[in-house]
Amino acid sequence: MDKALITVKDLNFFYGKHHALKNINMSVQKNKITSLIGPSGCGKTTLLRCFNRMHDLYPNNRYEGEIVMNGANILAPEADTIELRSSMGMVFQKPTPFPMSIADNIAYGPRLKGVKNKAILAEKVERALRQAALWDEVKDRLNSSANSLSGGQQQRLVIARALAVDPAVILFDEPTSALDPISTTKIEELMVELQDDVTILIVTHNMQQAARISNYTAFMYLGEIIEMDETNTIFTRPKVKMTEDYVMGRFG
Amino acid sequence: MDRALNQTYKVVTLLSALVIIAVIVGIFATLLYQSFPAIKAFGIFDFIFGTEWNPSTEVYNGGRPLLGTIITTILALSIAIPIAIGIAIFITELCPAILRQPVGTAIELLAAIPSIIYGMWGLFVFAPILERTIQPAIAFIFGSLPVIGSFFQVSYGGGANIFTTAMVLAVMVIPFIASITRDTFMQVPAVLKESAYGIGATKWEVIKDVVIPYSKAGTAGGIIIATGRALGETMAVAYVIDNRHGALESIFSPFTTITSVLANEFNEASGIHLSSLFFLALILFVANLLILSAAKYMLRGSIAK
Repeated sequence: MDKALITVKDLNFFYGKHHALKNINMSVQKNKITSLIGPSGCGKTTLLRCFNRMHDLYPNNRYEGEIVMNGANILAPEADTIELRSSMGMVFQKPTPFPMSIADNIAYGPRLKGVKNKAILAEKVERALRQAALWDEVKDRLNSSANSLSGGQQQRLVIARALAVDPAVILFDEPTSALDPISTTKIEELMVELQDDVTILIVTHNMQQAARISNYTAFMYLGEIIEMDETNTIFTRPKVKMTEDYVMGRFG
Repeated sequence: MDRALNQTYKVVTLLSALVIIAVIVGIFATLLYQSFPAIKAFGIFDFIFGTEWNPSTEVYNGGRPLLGTIITTILALSIAIPIAIGIAIFITELCPAILRQPVGTAIELLAAIPSIIYGMWGLFVFAPILERTIQPAIAFIFGSLPVIGSFFQVSYGGGANIFTTAMVLAVMVIPFIASITRDTFMQVPAVLKESAYGIGATKWEVIKDVVIPYSKAGTAGGIIIATGRALGETMAVAYVIDNRHGALESIFSPFTTITSVLANEFNEASGIHLSSLFFLALILFVANLLILSAAKYMLRGSIAK
């Protein structure tokens, strides 16, 4: 039986006056992959960015409702966003290596948490790179610039960087839309392997991708969750007509 | 008819562009030609490293003005760079949105104030204040250090000296560094910053580890442009450095720079004295040309990224 790690209760989100998310209720199951699908502008990225409160970085954004993880509401004003974000990695559409070496990119998170011991850092770097299936490709050039890697390698580096702080959740925002098919396959395989260690929430434009890798799928439209269920159900016998139209490619 | 007009237009614009190059080459040629007597009389090496500047014996070496230019520029930059980068950080990362535009514009307006006004303000307003406050404080703190302590002792009265010059220059170059740095900071992709926030970095850690390293080339370009400004600034420096050819004793003594020598002595100079002044100008011109080329090169690198 799956266990909910995160529960979203009556979440509403506003960009200034724009009501971007409406009464979102959902749960994210522990060590499973949950995907958010829907046409452009439906709010799936906005929803994803609520989980690590990325919206806090910009003025005039406002949340209502609750997102509960481990018994605490992460949207509470007194919640520690720094702590929250280090337990929720985020991977973006385009790879975002920092302007530093491969090893320093991975060690960045642990260093922020105060790890100074070189041996421990080196071990964390190796473990994260192995987890992200990148170790064999970069082990001989850990000190070269992260920008020297290919796009697919950079994306796996970013995943390794997120893994290095032992997050409970990793949020993926269309992680393969800027990559070639081979790199995409590698990232997808990686996500499937990673579920043993982390819970994954992924926003994707690619319905086949959602069908291939995720256990649960939420279909969103105009800021609302229209339907959420096991991925199989969503793609084979959805309950709502609009969901069916979308997954059949009739609109969106 | 149209075609003839087109052709004329082309020729006119080409000529306008060529005039620029002709002016630069012309200036260089004139400086070089006029410096020949001094180069021949004193030699390049001796002129650059010699310290005598004596109208009665007709010996002119540029070592001291050159040293003055270098010291005031380095001091000015070391005051201006941290402040300017701080301003850029404030405007791009910390400033409330409503203040961003006014603060940015105010800083750019600083660059539009004529340099003679900076000079007069420096001499009549700023220098007396520094003389009463910061100078004694620095002299008190560093003045008793062994070996280098004497550089921080106040031996001359009056606020017109190297330190004041550097402060005035710093105020003058801050807008250049701050606005170029701000522009390069703004080019840092939002997702890159968000990635760092996403790992749990604080605002300061994001600025230190992502924003500043990412904009290194652009910031360096801004600093180099400011260096060019500081090296060549004349009116303000001529006012507050007091143009004295004595040995360098302390950062609180009056001294001389290339530009202040030129401003103060060019009118009355003749013969080998005049030629020596041209030689100083040539050195400054070449140094500035090299520095600006370096800046262009670095800024191009940052934009291409």
